[in-house]
Amino acid sequence: MAEIKLIDGYPEYMRRLIEKVEKTRPKRVDYTPPPMSKQEQEEVLKLHPDYAPGGKRAIAVGPNKGDVGPNEVVDLLEAYPLIEPDEIDLSRVDYDTDILIIGGGLAGTSAALWANNQGIAADRILLVNKLRHGDANSIMAEGGTQAADREIDSVQRHYLDTIGGGHFANKPEVVRALVEDAPFIIKWLIEMGAIFDREANGELVEKWGGGTSIKRMHSCRDYTGLEELRVIRDEFRNRQIPCLEQFPAIELFTEGNRVTGAILWNLETGEYKIVRAKATILATGGFGRLHIRGFPTTNHYGATFDGPVIAYRAGAKLRDTDTVQYHPTGAAYPIQIVGYLLTEKLRSSGAQPVNVDGEAFVFPLEPRDVEAASFIRECYVRNKGITTPTGLRGIWLDTPLIDIKNGKGYIAKAFPAMNRLFKRHGIDMAKDPVLVFPTLHYQNGGVETDPWGRTNVEGLWVAGEVSGGVHGKNRLMGNSTLDCLVFGRRSGINAAEYVKTHTTAGNITLEHVKKYIDMLKQAGIKPERRAPILLPDYRGRAALARMIDIF
Amino acid sequence: MEEKNNIMERIAEANRPVTTGVDEKDIKDWVTIYIMGKGYRVPADLTILTAIEYAGYRLLRSVGCRQGHCGACATVFRRAGEYKLQADLACQTRVEDGMYLVQIPFSPAEKAIYDISKEPYDASVFMKYYPEVARCVSCNTCTKSCPQDLEVMDYVQAAIRGDFELVADNSFDCIQCGLCAIRCPAEIVQYHVAQLGRRMYGRYGLSMPEHLKKRVEEIEQGKFKEAMDNITSKSREELEKMYAERQREPD
Ligand SMILES: Cc1cc2nc3c(=O)[nH]c(=O)nc-3n(C[C@H](O)[C@H](O)[C@H](O)COP(=O)(O)OP(=O)(O)OC[C@H]3O[C@@H](n4cnc5c(N)ncnc54)[C@H](O)[C@@H]3O)c2cc1C
Ligand code: SF4
Ligand code: SF4
Ligand code: FES
Repeated sequence: MAEIKLIDGYPEYMRRLIEKVEKTRPKRVDYTPPPMSKQEQEEVLKLHPDYAPGGKRAIAVGPNKGDVGPNEVVDLLEAYPLIEPDEIDLSRVDYDTDILIIGGGLAGTSAALWANNQGIAADRILLVNKLRHGDANSIMAEGGTQAADREIDSVQRHYLDTIGGGHFANKPEVVRALVEDAPFIIKWLIEMGAIFDREANGELVEKWGGGTSIKRMHSCRDYTGLEELRVIRDEFRNRQIPCLEQFPAIELFTEGNRVTGAILWNLETGEYKIVRAKATILATGGFGRLHIRGFPTTNHYGATFDGPVIAYRAGAKLRDTDTVQYHPTGAAYPIQIVGYLLTEKLRSSGAQPVNVDGEAFVFPLEPRDVEAASFIRECYVRNKGITTPTGLRGIWLDTPLIDIKNGKGYIAKAFPAMNRLFKRHGIDMAKDPVLVFPTLHYQNGGVETDPWGRTNVEGLWVAGEVSGGVHGKNRLMGNSTLDCLVFGRRSGINAAEYVKTHTTAGNITLEHVKKYIDMLKQAGIKPERRAPILLPDYRGRAALARMIDIF
Repeated sequence: MEEKNNIMERIAEANRPVTTGVDEKDIKDWVTIYIMGKGYRVPADLTILTAIEYAGYRLLRSVGCRQGHCGACATVFRRAGEYKLQADLACQTRVEDGMYLVQIPFSPAEKAIYDISKEPYDASVFMKYYPEVARCVSCNTCTKSCPQDLEVMDYVQAAIRGDFELVADNSFDCIQCGLCAIRCPAEIVQYHVAQLGRRMYGRYGLSMPEHLKKRVEEIEQGKFKEAMDNITSKSREELEKMYAERQREPD
């Protein structure tokens, strides 16, 4: 095997490029490029994958007919169902429950807890998961959760930062709920035993997040989502709320304009199960695994847009489907970790983006879309990127500055996950910079919701990344774990109230699916694609080419 | 116009190996691994997880985040010519020539049921819910198995002593993969013990920050109501202006 020789994780030619970064580092310790003006931002955004021409089209059918979205998203909205509605036996209900929750990330798990707090008995709730409970984007959140709880901060300031970050397209009343509930949510997590980073005097550490005007990011080392999720999941298990794993929902049931449950599919045996529910909360997370525009992703294996696909067929309105969040700093080297998230907190703690000549070329904490576009410009227009052995381009994130600015050993203590990730590949991020490039990160839009998680369809709530409206066209860091916890709680409470007044379960039918199929046919769409796709397919092509489907 | 489109295509092309799977013709270096005893020739650049996929398996278990955070992909393997079993995360470990491996689909561990708001903040809580911790024989197998390089044995010992802070600190990066527990001769489920310890420490060992309590009260009492009524009724133009004029807190 003639493998390239690596010196502390990098091939020799990259080592020589790192020397340029080291040379300019002393000068850059006290120099940060200024933030861009609005005009400069607008100019560079033309290179962002959302705005670069191509890649999108109008949706041909359904409640959002005519709205534009990425091709990969529209492909799924225009796909045929996995089931033949007439072939499903609806006569036997396998689970009859009050509240069905689909997806157990932060949003779904907190919805279950709050429905239970609101008086719905544990055994009248059912949480279903595509993979294991917690195999989710939530567990991967690194940087933190926003809440305006410092004396000098205010909820209206959090509001303004969020709306501005979202390009003023956010739904005001929903953002209001987000920012007003935020401090309560942090307090609730602490009461449940979540361990947030503390200053020596016991106060909460509050860090910068991109696009905010004040420090309000609460973190748990760089394992924020892991800590938040495992705490509430532990509580969920203590309450003994029923939970199914490896059991994705593949279609909703309706009676008229009301959602009445869902079909589940045993991922391992292929058998389906019928759930009848008085209220259904959809919390299926995002869509990173669609690899929109061919980008790698930070998202977990099950982030495949299933929720909006099945809700849309049931008549739920979507919004802001036209924008996608690319995180500026995905790993670009080595190949084993391409697309992995390198948290924004690295930059808020002092790491600087640097080009091949060792120049700091951009303010490190522009809003995410602007920062990402500026990296694309540096690599593909100005040609000042660094090319990896496999042909990717990236720019340096000068991480050693973090220890210089915060004291030696800070990286190891504050970023154990990142540090570990690179160490496994021989790279010491306290000594050497790491290579980054934008990666597909977050579904900004989704199923439209009101401040209580309600959709336009009766009996259907949404919470978390699957929803649309709260983040407008661009989400700020730290606002989505918050979103999950705020609207998970609100949807849980609201669905519980609904169940108390709507004591009879509806009929379960697949009429909406039949109608949708007719609509697709009328629009001349051929049955080439089926959705939800549930999981991406990364099997090797050589193996696939010789596969015989026998069982 | 065309050029920008072209940039997107170039980016997509460069990322193909990680977005649509690996193409044989791009690979220079190969290794042979044995998945549950069967040999497969796979690209040397892959992780165990992506190599299993390359070999033709569609994973329905033992995979979650693919980034070292969820603990779903616990893997046990033996290197060629070694007698020792190693444990690690499939998504974080590169394949090596001659590796024999199996993924652990599930750990059948028992989690205790408790209510932390009703428990005393001392060592008795561990004895009550996980009395088996007392059986730890200090063999250090758990520490050696931990893919996160945590001092697992130390936190188990700290639990026995009731040192919640140490339990919390040493176990903080635990992703609950179960590798420690499946190899423990005393049948201790270390990661559940740690979960209980961390929650107790978070609730009782750390104070509730005053400014947080105060802010929650202020919101409940309506201190921000007027300001919020005001700002939520602003037009887009007004908001844009306010946003542009925001004062940034000094670093
Ligand atoms: C690497 C990374 C880092 C991040 N860092 C931060 C951060 O620092 N701060 C922040 O605020 N946000 C961050 N985010 C975003 C945030 O973590 C997510 O947006 C949020 O946690 C989503 O939570 P959720 O509950 O909506 O969805 P998820 O946590 O993704 O949970 C959805 C669950 O639903 C399941 N599911 C999907 N489809 C189905 C189906 N058909 N049937 C049944 N179950 C299904 C999924 O498998 C999954 O388990 C980060 C995201 C990633 C990926
Ligand atoms: S493996 Fe079990 S017995 Fe051995 S040190 Fe760890 S906890 Fe103790
Ligand atoms: S302590 Fe145990 S469960 Fe936690 S990461 Fe280490 S081996 Fe896995
Ligand atoms: S897949 Fe989550 S840790 Fe490997």
